Amino acid sequence: MQSSPSDVLIIGSGAVGAAVAFFCAKAGLSVRVVDKGRPGGGTSSRCEGNLLVSDKEHGPELDLANYSLGLWRGELAEFAHLWEFENKGGIIVASQESSMASLQRALQVQRQHGIEVEEIDVPGLKELEPNVTDQAVGAAFYPDDCQVMPMLLTAHLLRMAREAGAELLFDTEVTGMVRTGDQIQGVRTSQGTYYAQTVINAAGPWGAEVAELAGVNVPVGPRRGYVLVTEPLPPMVFRKVYAAEYIDNVGSSEEGLQASPVVEGTQAGSILIGSSRERVGFDHTLNPEALQMIARNAIALFPFLQETRILRHYFGFRPYSPDHVPVIGPDPRVPGLWHACGHEGAGIGLSVGTGKLIAQALTGEQTDIELGPFSPARFDTAAVPEGQEVP
Amino acid sequence: MADTENTYEVAVIGAGPAGLAAASEAAAGGAHTVLIDAAGQFGGQYWRHADEQSSSEDPAVWHHGWKTYTGLASAVDDAISAGKLQYLPASHVIAAEAGSPFSLSIAPVPESQPEHQGLTQIRAHTVVLCPGAYDRQLPVPGWTLPGVMAAGGIQAFIKTQGISPGQRVVLGGTGPFLLSAAASVLQAGAEVAAICESSDLTGWVPRGVSAALVPSKGKEGAEYIALLARHRVPYFRRRAVVAIHGDQRATAVSTARLNRDGKALPGTERIIEDVDLVGLGWGFVPQSELVVQLGAQMFRDADGSLVAEVDKDQQSSVPGLYLAGEITGVAGATAAVAEGRIAGRQVAGLRGGGRPPRSSADIKDRVLRRNHRLFAQAMHRAHPLPQQWPEWLTDETVICRCEEVPWQKTKEAIDSLSAEEPRGLKGATRIGMGWCQGRMCGQAADCLASSDSADVAQAVARRGPAIPVSLRALAGESGRESS
Repeated sequence: MQSSPSDVLIIGSGAVGAAVAFFCAKAGLSVRVVDKGRPGGGTSSRCEGNLLVSDKEHGPELDLANYSLGLWRGELAEFAHLWEFENKGGIIVASQESSMASLQRALQVQRQHGIEVEEIDVPGLKELEPNVTDQAVGAAFYPDDCQVMPMLLTAHLLRMAREAGAELLFDTEVTGMVRTGDQIQGVRTSQGTYYAQTVINAAGPWGAEVAELAGVNVPVGPRRGYVLVTEPLPPMVFRKVYAAEYIDNVGSSEEGLQASPVVEGTQAGSILIGSSRERVGFDHTLNPEALQMIARNAIALFPFLQETRILRHYFGFRPYSPDHVPVIGPDPRVPGLWHACGHEGAGIGLSVGTGKLIAQALTGEQTDIELGPFSPARFDTAAVPEGQEVP
Repeated sequence: MADTENTYEVAVIGAGPAGLAAASEAAAGGAHTVLIDAAGQFGGQYWRHADEQSSSEDPAVWHHGWKTYTGLASAVDDAISAGKLQYLPASHVIAAEAGSPFSLSIAPVPESQPEHQGLTQIRAHTVVLCPGAYDRQLPVPGWTLPGVMAAGGIQAFIKTQGISPGQRVVLGGTGPFLLSAAASVLQAGAEVAAICESSDLTGWVPRGVSAALVPSKGKEGAEYIALLARHRVPYFRRRAVVAIHGDQRATAVSTARLNRDGKALPGTERIIEDVDLVGLGWGFVPQSELVVQLGAQMFRDADGSLVAEVDKDQQSSVPGLYLAGEITGVAGATAAVAEGRIAGRQVAGLRGGGRPPRSSADIKDRVLRRNHRLFAQAMHRAHPLPQQWPEWLTDETVICRCEEVPWQKTKEAIDSLSAEEPRGLKGATRIGMGWCQGRMCGQAADCLASSDSADVAQAVARRGPAIPVSLRALAGESGRESS
């Protein structure tokens, strides 16, 4: 029996795919979601759930972050409790005069671009975070940084999409594209062929592989990061706290291992400790060096942590895009194919903006912000063989 | 850290039945061996006993096969004295990396070695991993009350303390281990008010041949039955403890007769009053963290446990990684000792390059292993988990104790949040995210979010570190700055 064609077929059911499904279904489009695994089984279940403006540089990513923030607090506010939305605020701590100087320079630029931030002195910092290191020389406070529980976000967006008519197909791997001439008509999967007006690649770190099935290059690949989870504690860390070096790491394209401390409490009582970045492909072997660096950095930021026990560490693969700008919108090289991937470490926060913009564009509305800067047109036309790095 | 100092030909992890057997054979075969164990003295869970330094009591009274233990322990002690074997007690292997050599990160057990906090790295050309198993639990209403323990926990308490943690005990679950736990309780002078075995035991009938291969088990069973008869212990088949009652602690249980699927039959409920201890035992879960970390091929055994594949010499799919004991399939201590010996001889014998010759002792162990494995398969099939046990739950029954997730919330996640498999269920409910990391509630999650796939079970079992470890240890700081 052949399934009827849908308006939209979304490949990937992580936070981004779920948000695209939710907004498209809400806009009245018929939606089908396929995932090679389980809902949110990739990056979305292996991250921290950050909605940050503090780590953004000005540019399209910041515009999308601000736009998404408006949705989290506006249109989606009624669901906030479902995904444990918390407007906890972020703090960047400088522990040396030199890093304080670069933090001050960064603040200036961020302020010019509308990021809400205030510089705080050491007593002010201690008031917000009494357990932070005595080495701190200054800090910046970002009241707009927020957090959600990413698995609940994904699960509830998918549920609401399904309630609005979307069909969800898990354990269904896309193996090829169905095309007539250049035009994509649907996908072939391990469970059969599905036709659609528009196929949307929301495959996260597997985005390049999906694009390749359509013969185009979208150089989004995995950038591995570890998270450490502590035993549950009474509240000790109140906001998302990280060190000034973190901003540099987010913006870098370094392949080797980088680590900078990111420490935050959760509603469940455990403290989440990040972060590391390394481009090692989909490598599942343990890197003790990464764990060691994260542990050292975290203790430097919050000395009480040295006696705290780690219950678990895990890693995820961020969908890394070489210019740190997500890939969103129609692919001019292949009619019928759209992308929504490459959000790197910001996909949870940017998911809802991405979903809403895509739904607007697909229904012929004027998008709230320009999709141009996110267009896959910025990549060359040749498909890149698997495993090969794109400069 | 000098390279040679911390590099061994063989690392044996675990000093229970399998580990002691493997270590003694490896050292006897001349291999430069290290034996790493989390406990402060030999024995593992099975031969857990009172502190040898402070207790005057002879542990033999509480144990089956104590002569085997003393034989193995003295062989290992001799190897230690002779400088052939290095013994690291109170040490947890928190992470293992395959390779040649293997690399092991070892954390001291904080209570035993407070002065030493950092991680130690050890390298070994071959690893014999004997991680043992822990009690398998299924939630029932009231299972989180004080006075409810795992059946294995009760026995371990008696073996180390010499007294029973309760005076009037109800045991429920499935499998011959309930009899063994009851025997320990009786021997410690307490009363067993009832044993509720959920299976009807007819599963043994077509498998009598397998059972007959292991006469020692038959003898052990007959001893238990004689003991229970002497104490007039009520023993019920196809009946389960379906609820535990009490305000501050367990004081009564409801039992019910089960239908073939494990549903409680209406009108068969009985209440047993004046109980002060309830022991639940649904088999055992092999400890799989390090095996999963090392990437060995695994499968679901007849009892549903995630276990590892081994070849006839106990080698896993990872070259150089040998496994012995419950991790290859829950089969008891005798099988574990046989497997440990086979693995130990093999890794010692391989050092020369050639194939180690088969001694008559080795051939005997291989026969023993085969028979006990067949027996275990028969046992698993005769003692299945009651499929419909979730029917016993109420909306308030806690499924995950650490995160306090009730059945109501669990059902909702399964029904409306596409959380039909264990990882999704974990993400949507926090089942398994707390202190125990799913060691306690994992079986329940596995049944509720039904999936037969070994891959899924493996993804859930992929947890590092293998035990909680301090950030200071992870950071590699010695913690000795004060001295």
